[in-house]
Amino acid sequence: MSGPVERERQTTASTELLAQQARGRSSTQAPRSQTPPVERGKQLQRRREVHRGSLLVANFASAFESLWANRLRSLLTTLGVVIGVAAVIAAMTLTQGASVLIQARLSVLGTNTLLIVPGAATSSGAFSSLGSQQSLTQGDADALASIPHVVQVSPVLSLGAQVIYGSQNWNTRIQGVYPGYQQIQGWEIASGRWLNAHDELAGLPVAVLGQVVANSLFGPSGTNPVGQTIRIGTQMFRVVGVLQPKGSFGAFTQDDVVFVPFTAAVIRLKNTGYVDQIQVLVDKAEHVDAVQRAVDATLLKRHRISAGSPADFQIRNANQLLQTAQQATQTLTLLLVGIAGISLTVGGIGIMNIMLVSVTERTREIGIRMAVGARRRDIRNQFLIEALTLSSLGGILGIILGLLVGWLMTTNFGVPFVPQPLSILLAFGVSALVGVTFGFYPAVRAARLDPIIALRTE
Amino acid sequence: MSDREVQLVQGNEQSMPVTQRRPPIVLVRNLTKVYHLGETSVPALRGVSLTVGAGEFVAIMGPSGSGKTTFMNLLGCLDRPTSGDYWLVGRKVSQMTPDELADIRNRRIGFVFQGFHLLARSTALQNVALPLMYAGLSRAEQERRARRALELVGLGSRLHHRPSQLSGGQQQRVAIARALVNNPALLLADEPTGNLDSRTSIEIMAILQALNARGLTIVLVTHEVDIAAYARRRILFRDGQIVSDEPVTATRSAQEELLQFYQANPASSDGYRALPAEKER
Repeated sequence: MSGPVERERQTTASTELLAQQARGRSSTQAPRSQTPPVERGKQLQRRREVHRGSLLVANFASAFESLWANRLRSLLTTLGVVIGVAAVIAAMTLTQGASVLIQARLSVLGTNTLLIVPGAATSSGAFSSLGSQQSLTQGDADALASIPHVVQVSPVLSLGAQVIYGSQNWNTRIQGVYPGYQQIQGWEIASGRWLNAHDELAGLPVAVLGQVVANSLFGPSGTNPVGQTIRIGTQMFRVVGVLQPKGSFGAFTQDDVVFVPFTAAVIRLKNTGYVDQIQVLVDKAEHVDAVQRAVDATLLKRHRISAGSPADFQIRNANQLLQTAQQATQTLTLLLVGIAGISLTVGGIGIMNIMLVSVTERTREIGIRMAVGARRRDIRNQFLIEALTLSSLGGILGIILGLLVGWLMTTNFGVPFVPQPLSILLAFGVSALVGVTFGFYPAVRAARLDPIIALRTE
Repeated sequence: MSDREVQLVQGNEQSMPVTQRRPPIVLVRNLTKVYHLGETSVPALRGVSLTVGAGEFVAIMGPSGSGKTTFMNLLGCLDRPTSGDYWLVGRKVSQMTPDELADIRNRRIGFVFQGFHLLARSTALQNVALPLMYAGLSRAEQERRARRALELVGLGSRLHHRPSQLSGGQQQRVAIARALVNNPALLLADEPTGNLDSRTSIEIMAILQALNARGLTIVLVTHEVDIAAYARRRILFRDGQIVSDEPVTATRSAQEELLQFYQANPASSDGYRALPAEKER
């Protein structure tokens, strides 16, 4: 019919073509009108369902076209969703990064370690008065050493002080510990040696420096710290070793520390009968619970606390700390979800508003579509798909923006960048859902239009 | 199709006053339509009965407010009557649901409006394919048939033009192609020449006459006596009723008038390609 050769002849006598079509019609129509109406109805129905896909594709195409035709408006409309999704993704990335950081830090502590701190546990298990009370003593620590499966015990006495070498000075954290502390915390020596039993027994003024302190004091002069004398507060200490760096997580570094023998700390730096914490290393993970119970019993007995009364100390293990950290992260996540909910609702209302405008603007188009045979659900789907496209595009933009902001923030804070595929997927799903939810009312309104009135609208 | 609807159709077949073996295209009995405006009721149609057989070309005339537009909307299955019955090619459509009416419009009726009513952002081809899209045809089939319909009205070279790139006459020809593309039983033209100059109007009427000559049933609403003269039967509405129904005695031939015009003005033949019998450059 439409071959290029025949085209000339065909168009010179289009009357011929008209006649052909007329013949074609009457020849197909005659048998069709003899088909029973029931059969014809079924055919009709079937024909509609066969290529629903093409209608769907056409709907998406027309949605993109109409959004593109009003691209500034579409962008502004979808901004609510973009910002909502971006905020959540960015914050989520940051909290996830922080959570990974906390876990990494806690895993350094090791699962076989128990931490005993003074102060009563609150009902929520939060560290409410952590370290503010004085109840643990060196004697407590020594008593725990005899518990079976305990490998090492060390009391820890912490204080902040200024450390001076030559013209350099540095504010840092001083920790008085037993020699066994090295094993508990897994510190490695870079040069020199760790504190030994003799240092402890004699309370010698010796110190082991963390990498940061060593660099701050000795970096400018380039001297080897080992063997040099530094001043901590008013006391002179001899540097016997420098530690391998453990690495830093953002602004917080573990290497900004000076270790001195516990006795030396008590005698020379902080004259007190109490310790800030006691750390206990258990030989195997499966013994941690038993040791924890034994520690509890021992300390209760030593502190003369009867069963049922609140203890004046808390025992924590790495798992508990991990749980606490996770709880904090979860609370933050919940807060973020709340914020996201609000901004997505606002974004959704924006979409609903603009879809209502769109329906009003395109009333005549709706009338035309209805006149040529669009059913109500076809019109409804068209506008639903448009709202869905709008909000999904907003979601995608938001995800990209959120990841970008999250990446910038994590990089700045030195937190690992850990994008969560699940939360990204969820954010996309939710933004799509927002489109469908808030697009429904305008779409139904479009579908309910009277074709006659719609056609009349200019 | 639901069982309920099947029964309805079968019932209709029985109750329809059938005299011939092949049903008429339009069979209307005692059609009324009352509009309710707040407290008052405005009767727009007061009992209209009409039969239009296959291949007729009917012009409906009448002053504004005579009910001819209301009648047109009912014929076009855009609206439902308050009472009375309407069979379209043997199917009772007067009691159908909106979605069933949409199907009927899609398959059985082609519309040509005064204001062309094309989708502004779509090309001629997309506009013509629109009914086929809702009919659920494959994209290839949609395009094939839309292309053919456009070639039929002489716009084979304007497939990818948007309405804004087409003249009024060309836009109306796109609309006619869209009305034809689903092989309707009835073509309804509501003031199809209302927005066109007189020469372009004649071109459009020439196309309608050519289509009618090939067997298409056409109902045309117009208030211009000149335009109604191209039809073969003229029905006059007044106050919601048919006041006269008579054959057009001297039907004008748009084709001949155009040929005469172009013989007199051979230079200005740009609009002439509209005609089915002309040569495409």
